[in-house]
Amino acid sequence: MNNKTLIIAGLVIFLIIVLFPFWYMRGKAAPAPEPVLTPMAKAAQACVRSKEYMKSEHMQLLDVWRDSVVRDSKRIYVNPQGKEFNMSLSNTCLDCHSNKAEFCDRCHDYASVRPYCWSCHIENPKEKT
Amino acid sequence: MDSSRRRILQLLGVSTLALTTKPVFNAFAKEEQAAEAEAVIKAGAKSLKAKQWAMVIDTRKFESEEDLAPLIEVCHKIHNVPHLQNKRHEIKWIWGVHYHNAFPGKAAQFLSESVEQRPFLVLCNHCENPPCVRVCPTKATFKREIDGIVFMDFHRCIGCRFCMAACPFGARSFNYRDPRPFIADAELNKEFPTRMKGVVEKCNFCAERLAVGQLPACVEASNGALAFGDLYDPASQVRELIKTNYTIRRKQTLGTEPSVYYIV
Amino acid sequence: MLELAIKGGKKYYGWMTFLLVIIGIGFLLYLKQLDFGLGITGLSRDVSWGFYIANFTFLVGVAAGGVMVVLPYYLHDYKAFGKVTILGEFLAIASVIMCVTFILVDLGQPMRVLNVFLYPSPNSVLFWDTIVLQGYLLLNIVIGWNVLEAERNGVHPQKWLKPLIYLSIPWAISIHTVTAYLYAGLPGRGFWMTAILAPRFLSSAFASGPALLILCCLIIRRVSSFDPGREQIQSLAKIVAYAICVNVFFFLCEIFVAFYSQIPEHMDHFKYLFVGLLGKGVYVPWMWASFILMIVGIILTVMPITRKNEGVLAVACVVIFLGTWIDKGLGMIAGGFTPSPLHEVNEYIPSLPEIGIALGVWALGFLVMTALFKIAVSVKEEIRG
Repeated sequence: MNNKTLIIAGLVIFLIIVLFPFWYMRGKAAPAPEPVLTPMAKAAQACVRSKEYMKSEHMQLLDVWRDSVVRDSKRIYVNPQGKEFNMSLSNTCLDCHSNKAEFCDRCHDYASVRPYCWSCHIENPKEKT
Repeated sequence: MDSSRRRILQLLGVSTLALTTKPVFNAFAKEEQAAEAEAVIKAGAKSLKAKQWAMVIDTRKFESEEDLAPLIEVCHKIHNVPHLQNKRHEIKWIWGVHYHNAFPGKAAQFLSESVEQRPFLVLCNHCENPPCVRVCPTKATFKREIDGIVFMDFHRCIGCRFCMAACPFGARSFNYRDPRPFIADAELNKEFPTRMKGVVEKCNFCAERLAVGQLPACVEASNGALAFGDLYDPASQVRELIKTNYTIRRKQTLGTEPSVYYIV
Repeated sequence: MLELAIKGGKKYYGWMTFLLVIIGIGFLLYLKQLDFGLGITGLSRDVSWGFYIANFTFLVGVAAGGVMVVLPYYLHDYKAFGKVTILGEFLAIASVIMCVTFILVDLGQPMRVLNVFLYPSPNSVLFWDTIVLQGYLLLNIVIGWNVLEAERNGVHPQKWLKPLIYLSIPWAISIHTVTAYLYAGLPGRGFWMTAILAPRFLSSAFASGPALLILCCLIIRRVSSFDPGREQIQSLAKIVAYAICVNVFFFLCEIFVAFYSQIPEHMDHFKYLFVGLLGKGVYVPWMWASFILMIVGIILTVMPITRKNEGVLAVACVVIFLGTWIDKGLGMIAGGFTPSPLHEVNEYIPSLPEIGIALGVWALGFLVMTALFKIAVSVKEEIRG
């Protein structure tokens, strides 16, 4: 085997490995995620902020909430519409969105994001009560 | 020829590093500021305020360990403190010890009988000059400007346990393993988070209760044995008790200025 | 120059493979620790720092000890050390890598370690320790690499290296002082609250670092055609002799202060370590062994007849390395934490997985050290023909 053969063989193997996700899953693209709202969330009509804002910025909002509550000891959030909320992941967000598996996990699993919030902030599944 | 090309590449590498380090760090550390121009953040109307929260424990009102149990239990329950069997891994925010352990420098061979038998409640002293805050490399442990509580940011803690080495009172516990399996389902307080393995925790003077106008749980459960108030408010109950009783604090000579006073 | 590290004989590859196996086992155990938590170690609520931090503290000393070859050569023109400064610098690199790794394996949340830089806290000595250690690592890599390369090419080292080398000397002192300040400023820990802690750290550093260096020189002479030199080894041995004497003297000063004053808080930690306290005393045999080892080390290195015999000197170095390792390692850590601030004695013994991970880190350091020494020695063999 001279160098040329080895190089081409190596390149082919490399391409096979690197393109594995594409050719293995051809025709089987996963559908876009659809998070499900609980009855309580539907009844509330509006979240703390607008749907578009929450879609893209909910993690940033949670960071601001975290620093305000933990470091500045301020716990009330007044949104641009004037509505007041208690800044708490467990007690505010997860109160309405108590269905982590059908809501939070839908998009997180699709995007392969693994936030560890729930290691500490307790899920509030309403089915249990 | 060789050295000059190498020089240019080295220079390029160092300049890139120098120019990009700060912006990259900033990008990771900064939160979204623009979106908050319209929202307002404030403290709750009912939240209790103080310059420095302090506690006075009238130890004469406790006769045995059983008297301490309700206080310890309520604190550990509402804060989801796990019950670990392995003593090495135990987590406790408030507990009872013998006089010799609470005040090692004051131990004597011959003590009054009641002091000898009495249990002494120990917890984080929320010092005014806390060494744990001084040593924390990430400011995960910090002293709140607003009320003097020595608070912990569990999100930022890297688990280095320097604060545990620095605390002269042994007030801190480390999560040597995941605490969740050791909190009974029935006991779980859904309104307060648990912690995860690898972070340090301790008493937080029930900051979440103070924020909604309630006194700390141990104070409430103590039937008047514990007093809680602003150390710098001359009209507060704690100042009244300190004025009219002889009080001692743990390891006073170290100058950490603990905020927990004991009437012995 | 890196290619010199992958060209070697059977023994070289055998040694490196052996180290890689130990590193592999340590790594697997560390994965278990990441999954379970630090609970797999022997650490407890009362003794929250243990074997990892003990080794870290000891190794910062070994890293600082490298300065003992650099200082005489660059500050006092002691030409003889010119042959071996690179070994001191490379030893420092390997030691600092071990130090940083020991810190990382000790953290409860290692993925958050960058928080130390994202939220700088100048009030914390640990913040400064991170900075000075990284700085020292960088200094030694830059200096060592460039000086060696210059030697290989037969030219003088670049001029801009001189100020860096001069900087590395006080910097070496500073890394160990800062590490001592981690302990010496804590109000609740009477065992460490002593002004002599930093000097004691430095003296045992200057005993253990050069002792390890002597052993490496003797091994290098065996396995290669580069001879670090009899005079160099003897000078290092004299440094070790003085340093170990000072270390034991400082220790005896501590004993005097504690026991002549009869203050319980000062005496209790020494009592726990050397005779036991409240019925517990698992470290007692270790501490006495450490003391005896250091005394034997003093005798063997101070007496010319034993120091000049390189076989006996090797034994002396091993003995001193072990003695200082126990004394500055677990002896210092466990002694500081026991009795606890509430005057309780809950003993700490490292667990097997903990020891396994620690061995993995040591093996990593030795791997780096062997590779770097191989490069240095190969260069020296090259230019000497």
